This record gives sequence, C-alpha cells and structure tokens, in this order.
Amino acid sequence: MLTTDSDILRAAEAWVREGRGVALATVTETWGSAPRPVGSHLVIDDEGNFLGSVSGGCVEGAVVSEAAEVIADGKPRMMEFGVADETAWQVGLSCGGRIAVYVERIG
Amino acid sequence: MKPELLAALNAERAARRACVVVTRLADGSQRLVREDELVREPMARDTLAAPLAEALRTGRSAAIEHEGEKLFLNVHAPPVKLVATGAVHISQAMQPMARELGLDMVVIDPRGAFATPERFPSVTLLAEWPDEALARMPLDRYTAFVALTHDPKIDDPALHAALRSACFYVGALGSRKTHAKRRERLAASGFAEADIDRIRAPIGLNIGAVSPAEIALSILGEIVAALRAERVAAKAALVP
Repeated sequence: MLTTDSDILRAAEAWVREGRGVALATVTETWGSAPRPVGSHLVIDDEGNFLGSVSGGCVEGAVVSEAAEVIADGKPRMMEFGVADETAWQVGLSCGGRIAVYVERIG
Repeated sequence: MKPELLAALNAERAARRACVVVTRLADGSQRLVREDELVREPMARDTLAAPLAEALRTGRSAAIEHEGEKLFLNVHAPPVKLVATGAVHISQAMQPMARELGLDMVVIDPRGAFATPERFPSVTLLAEWPDEALARMPLDRYTAFVALTHDPKIDDPALHAALRSACFYVGALGSRKTHAKRRERLAASGFAEADIDRIRAPIGLNIGAVSPAEIALSILGEIVAALRAERVAAKAALVP
C-alpha cells in the first residue's frame, strides 16, 4: 500500500513501553467502496488518544470507544460497519461500503 | 497482540523485510511469518505456505478460510522507496508529491552546490557519488530508481546498480537520442539487451509534460502504474 502504517505501529510499541493500555484496530475485510484498505491500522490508548485510521473518519469514534472495553477485558472483538446496518448510519459510514474491523489489546 | 510480536514486526519493517502477521480470528492467537521463512523448513511444508506466498506476492492483506478456520493475513511490505540521482528541479518538484504518495524519497548528487538541505528539506539527501551511496544502501524490489542528472558520470554508475538490483521501476531522463547513446554505453559495460530494456525512457507517462512539476507528475504516475501493475492488469481483463 502506498501509505505506510509503520509510524503507527512504532507509536503503539512506544505507548506499550510507557505502560499505557493500548488497543490495535485493523481493517480485516471491506465490501464495496471502503475508504481504507484491508490491513489499515488504528491504535488507541486507554485515554482515548489515537493514531491512524480505519475509515475516512466516520467510524473511528465507535472503534475508539469499543477499544476502551477491549483494553479493560483483553478480549478481541470483530466490529462491522455498513450502510445495511442501522447503527452504521448513526456512525455515518455513508460511502456505501461495509467494513469489518478487528480490535485487540496489545499486551 | 503480544508486545514481543509487535516489536519483532517493527524490527522487520525497519530492516525493510516483508512479513505477514497471521491472526486466527476465533481466538486471537497470532504469529509472525517472515518472507524468507516460507522457503525453509518447517514453514515450507506448512499448508499455509501457499496462501502466505500469494499474499506476499500481491502485497494484499486478506481474511481467508484455511482448514476450516478463519485467518487474517496482514501483509507488511516495506514502505516504497524512491531513489533519484540528481538534486535538480524535477527532483525538487517531486519532494512534496512523493511524500503525499507515501514514498520515502532519497536524492543522491555528489555536486554539493545542488544537494543542499535548503533545496531538499523533506528527503534523505546524500551528497556523494551514487556508486558509494548505493553500495551502502542497496536497491531492493520495493524501490523505484530514477536517473535525472543528464550527466552520465553520475547517472550511469547508479543505473548499473539499479539494473543489477530487483527494483520494480527504473527510469532515466533524456531524449531518444540521449537514451540511444546510454544504451550503447550500458551494452559496452556488459549489460544484456533485456536488462537495458528495463529502463523506462523517455521517462514518465506521455502527458505532454513541460515544466519540472509536470515531468515529476508524469514520472510519479508511471511509478504508481508500475507499483499497481497487477491492479491495472486485473481491471483491463474485466473489459469485454
């Protein structure tokens, strides 16, 4: 891919070393017109700071709040967003695509 | 993800080696597979070796079904590098465009008056002869090389290195006449016709480019097309 996720992953490593709780979100599947390719990362810490992106900015909020729970209980989750899903309209993935985002704790 | 796996992944990325993070989605267990492991035991015998090799070849991450399990293969190919000889107007114009495209740009020019940080604030600038610079920083298959000086003393040694490497794009600035002479010199240096044919010349997409920025755009367009050749071919195959 043309844009690199290396800085995001380096930041994730540094955040973990600083003792922060950190979650990693990854786009695992896309259908239709998705703004970010499969494999894209968003890294989130336990204070809600984040780097990177898994969409054009429309579902990041929902992923960040789910990440807080993943950091708390350590259980990975698969989240899906799409226009067919009513909640997706609420978070606004209006580009017509659908995406699956895997959220896991680092540590 | 275990912190040790993340650290190993970042180490591979820093060393510009391709690898894949394999995640079993049912339980979140993960492992890192380095590209060079695929051809070695025990990985070579693993049934996952073929899908991993395919993912690395295309550079595309994907969720797959494998022996009744859903796996996610996240391919980490090194960031694409753009190496140019010539701290000239075209490479100056390329700087911001290359950055937006996510290309790590390196400019090599032994002429200190050209290779100044003031003119090249956002690239890795090497004010030395290309054969020395490229001996230290070899070109790999995630690298595009462009020769932009018009000066055979500088461009030719770099072209030698590029043609001996696996870089995915080699381009050289100059008219058809200049390039014909260049071909003669390369042949005299022992390069085969097929190797010399790898050089894109005249360089860049034919968009009638005139200004340095337009030429930079045409070259970067050609580089993106080379990088995405597989997508271009797949789309072309869909046209009835």
